[in-house]
Amino acid sequence: MVTAVTSFGRSGTSDWLVQRVSGVILLVYFLFIAAVVANGVDYASWSALFKQTWVRVFSLMALLSLAAHAWIGLWSVVTDYLTERMMGTTGNVLRISSQLVIALVLFVYVVWGVQVLWGY
Amino acid sequence: MKDKRPVNLDIGSMRLPITAWASITHRASGVFLFFAMVFLVWALDMSLRSPEDFATLQEVLTGPLAKLILWAIVAGLIYHALAGIKHIFMDFGIGESFEGGALAARFVIGLSVVLILLAGVLIW
Repeated sequence: MVTAVTSFGRSGTSDWLVQRVSGVILLVYFLFIAAVVANGVDYASWSALFKQTWVRVFSLMALLSLAAHAWIGLWSVVTDYLTERMMGTTGNVLRISSQLVIALVLFVYVVWGVQVLWGY
Repeated sequence: MKDKRPVNLDIGSMRLPITAWASITHRASGVFLFFAMVFLVWALDMSLRSPEDFATLQEVLTGPLAKLILWAIVAGLIYHALAGIKHIFMDFGIGESFEGGALAARFVIGLSVVLILLAGVLIW
């Protein structure tokens, strides 16, 4: 049986809400970046944009939303398909190892993103 | 759960309605975007690192393979975003009937195709 121990907020209702809120933040950020890029950018205007505090805060908000959103979304996927019921004990091994890799990758995305936003 | 009730979760044995296709492609695009994010963070890194790296990134993005990858990622973002908006509408009780859900799924798929083609025109 799959328990709640690896879910994001240890509660389905909490994960449900976090998934919606983070999704909306990501949608607004995606539209913002799309609008900027569609208008055409050069290095000067692009780096000036990302030097502004509000853009960095907004970008970090999107990055943290991405980590939570991806964790909850992929949790739903792996707990549906990589399970004991679907493939026996192998399912548990595959699910837990996938989740370890997912956690590692998301951690790297967040730290790398922070380095990009504040490092240059 | 050790009960012995028969369960048929073999997706391959079922004919999927359009709502199921919208759902499974929403999941698939989410998994794809999780991997694609490495390119986006890398691109943001290159674009902000220095004027030279910005120019290198622009140069890289003129290649046909790079354009194809970028288009695939943008397509994933567009579809996943629209399917996500559909989800939120349904959370508010809009389009919860099978007819409503099927209509919304068709609308999301149709609008995605249009926007993805438009993004392709912008990229090329």
